[in-house]
Amino acid sequence: MRSTSKLFAALAVFAMALPATVHAAGDAPEIEAQEWSWAPPFGQFDKGQLQRGYKVYKYVCANCHSMNLLSYRNLGEPGGPGFSEAAVKALAAQAQIQDGPDDTGQMFMRPGIPADRFKAPFANKEAARAANGGAYPPDLSVMAKARPHGPDYLYALLTGYEEAPDDMTMSRGMHYNAAFPGHQIAMANPLIEGVVEYTDGTASTPDNYAKDVTAFMMWAAEPKLEERYRVGARIMLFLIAFAIVMYLTKKAVWAPVHKRDHSEETKT
Amino acid sequence: MAHESTYKPSTGFERWLDARLPIPRLMYDQFGVFPMPRNVNYLWTFGAILMFLLATQIATGIVLAMHYQPTVDGAFNSIEKIMRDVNWGWLLRYAHAVGASMFFFAAFVHMFRGLYYGSYKAPREILWMLGVLILVLMIATAFMGYSLVWGQMSFWAVTVITNLFTSLDTLIPGLGTMLVEWIWGGFAVGEPTLNRLFALHYLFPFLIAGVVILHVWALHIPGSNNPTGVDIKTKSDTLPFHPYFTIKDGFAVLLFCILFGAFLFYAPNYLGHSDNYIPADPLVTPAHIVPEWYFLPFYAILRVIPDKLMGVLALFGAIVVLFLVPWLDTSRIRSVSYRPIFKWFFWLFVICCIALGYFGSQAPEGWKLLWGRICTIYYFAFFLIIMPVVGLIEKPRRLPGSITESVLGKPSASAVGGAA
Amino acid sequence: MANSDSSTDPISHDDDPSRRDVMMVAAGAFAAIGGAAILWPLLDQMNPDASTLSLATIEVDLAPVETGQAITVMWRGKPIFIRNRTAEEVEAAKEVKLDELPDKLARNANLADTAPATDENRGAADKEAWLVMIGICTHLGCIPQGQAVGSDKGEYGGWYCPCHGSAYDTAGRIRKGPAPENMYIPPYAFISDTKIKIG
Repeated sequence: MRSTSKLFAALAVFAMALPATVHAAGDAPEIEAQEWSWAPPFGQFDKGQLQRGYKVYKYVCANCHSMNLLSYRNLGEPGGPGFSEAAVKALAAQAQIQDGPDDTGQMFMRPGIPADRFKAPFANKEAARAANGGAYPPDLSVMAKARPHGPDYLYALLTGYEEAPDDMTMSRGMHYNAAFPGHQIAMANPLIEGVVEYTDGTASTPDNYAKDVTAFMMWAAEPKLEERYRVGARIMLFLIAFAIVMYLTKKAVWAPVHKRDHSEETKT
Repeated sequence: MAHESTYKPSTGFERWLDARLPIPRLMYDQFGVFPMPRNVNYLWTFGAILMFLLATQIATGIVLAMHYQPTVDGAFNSIEKIMRDVNWGWLLRYAHAVGASMFFFAAFVHMFRGLYYGSYKAPREILWMLGVLILVLMIATAFMGYSLVWGQMSFWAVTVITNLFTSLDTLIPGLGTMLVEWIWGGFAVGEPTLNRLFALHYLFPFLIAGVVILHVWALHIPGSNNPTGVDIKTKSDTLPFHPYFTIKDGFAVLLFCILFGAFLFYAPNYLGHSDNYIPADPLVTPAHIVPEWYFLPFYAILRVIPDKLMGVLALFGAIVVLFLVPWLDTSRIRSVSYRPIFKWFFWLFVICCIALGYFGSQAPEGWKLLWGRICTIYYFAFFLIIMPVVGLIEKPRRLPGSITESVLGKPSASAVGGAA
Repeated sequence: MANSDSSTDPISHDDDPSRRDVMMVAAGAFAAIGGAAILWPLLDQMNPDASTLSLATIEVDLAPVETGQAITVMWRGKPIFIRNRTAEEVEAAKEVKLDELPDKLARNANLADTAPATDENRGAADKEAWLVMIGICTHLGCIPQGQAVGSDKGEYGGWYCPCHGSAYDTAGRIRKGPAPENMYIPPYAFISDTKIKIG
């Protein structure tokens, strides 16, 4: 039995340690872990925070960054920012969406409906690149899952703008950021105090903007996170109960075998 | 098969069926009363765990295919649509992705168990080789499945791995290039490549299922090995498969499901790589391309060898050598528990595989490259030199006279635990 | 479950058979519940997804459709026939007696299931010229002809299904042929004088 448990331990290490080392690979700057409301196993999104985060996205990020996988209807779906149906309709209607062709073969513009995708700031990648000095502002739909350290990284990046150290020469049009790999980022500090006005009493500070918009991006990347935790808790509970029953069944089935062995052992 | 059938059809329908298609007889003989060595430990439950995982992967895979689009523009987005809009889509997709990792974890445990207890030795050589064949099919299936996500890691993994074949150009100029263009259906990885990867990814699991049937068939001829490696001698050495091992396997599957669920519900992306959430871009290669964790030891072997063709040959050799294990091991006995010298080499081999996994995840430079090379040499030396040589010179410890004797805890067998 | 009989099981279970059997039943019950729970997501994934459901309602502008004209729009993947009927067509539909109809029910999702198939119950409420219905033959799902100018409207002047020869009148009611029911009227409402919302 000793060798068995050794083998188990070795293999468990094998399975667990490797991915951790993969994530550690590379020489990206240290990213500080934050406390988020959605931490497993029972965390939830803060609806107010997601609504504020959407506001920051809409008035700041969306000027350059698309979010092509999101639809306006998502804003009212369970597990998200929880906008009312009327609010979702109003938010959608603020966007002018291209539709068509109509009966004459022309494309036309109409107000958005909840089923529409978030309107992208540029028609295509090339237009986005041309408008941003050659740097493509990436789509933010799954950004919170598409970088090592996920939301912690996004928060660190958004709050990581600093004066460049004296010994560093910055390329033209680049900005120093402590969290960005290589420290030279094309995006200028987007979150200036007062750029978005919060109306729910939360202080309109860059730190709050960064936290809120990061939370919003996390929800955008994992809109089913709350459902996953909820379903997960039930299934895990069921599995544990089932495993206990199975263990007791196993003991009951094997009891006569062990009893007989025991009696034979004492006989010799 | 190995023993007389004791099945007695009890109803008229069973008698009717037994004369035509005797599936109840097969199930009764092979999974009802089949004699199992009574001392097998929990490592022997991984066969059942793997069966469960194969069924899970096929079931989730079939339903995912109902929503997936194998096109360059549609692949990434269709998966995100599954995650967002399809009913239970997030559960099915994460179960399939995490399930692949679980499958390899269980398969590695199963294989190390086979290596430790000598389950490949006569008369189980074909059983072992079929298992290695399943591993080869699993590697191909997992690789193709990973590519379907069409993220940055998917795309560049396909590019790099298919480019392995261009190493054949050093043998016959033009051969490798011809082969690669045939695989790609173009001059680079593109939509034709994605389409065929999808078609084959759907096919291969059924090939695996077919080989699994052969694997179980080959297992049921000699029956299961056990921790002592001593053959079954009398009926008292065995217990019927049902209920003793159906229940035990069931319990083990449930424990494994709890591990599976922990990843699935609380860290579904932990075993993956964040770069694969960036849609494939043929113009930008990620800074660090690494395969999924289960391929890292093989990837390390490929990278530490400075010659392109030799690296590819070593990569394939690392798997091919497994086919030869039954004949490389010259020991008279099976279980490593009774082999005082080989035991050390075995555990060193386990450490070596883990270390190779680590080196596979790191940039091949400096001391890591050096130790990666040492581990690669040990990997091959273990099979090609240590196995045959130690088997000849080693004096094994005394084996228990029978399985029953080992269970009853005679002093000679104290090192080996009985059945759970 | 083929229970191991005493001849094959070397162990006697005389000691405490009840406990063992109770545990086996409990484990079996858990397995059955677990199995059913696993099955549900595998089946439910085939139901319409969230993006499909979000398009279940459409709005149609009827202003360009003049008297005597018809348009076809897509709703939930089905053609919706919208006809601005002439006074003669409405009159012809009104003159038909209920006894002459093979299907005497209105098949109108906006009315009770038992509403009779009068023209009032088929046309739009308070706008009798407008007929809005799902343009699918109730026989085997073909699309009847009669929408386009000059296409075969059948002997009752409404629609004619070329697959198996079902003829519908100007209120979309089945009059002749194998189709068992009148063409269905989807849930819809006028949200302004010239705009309807379907679904």
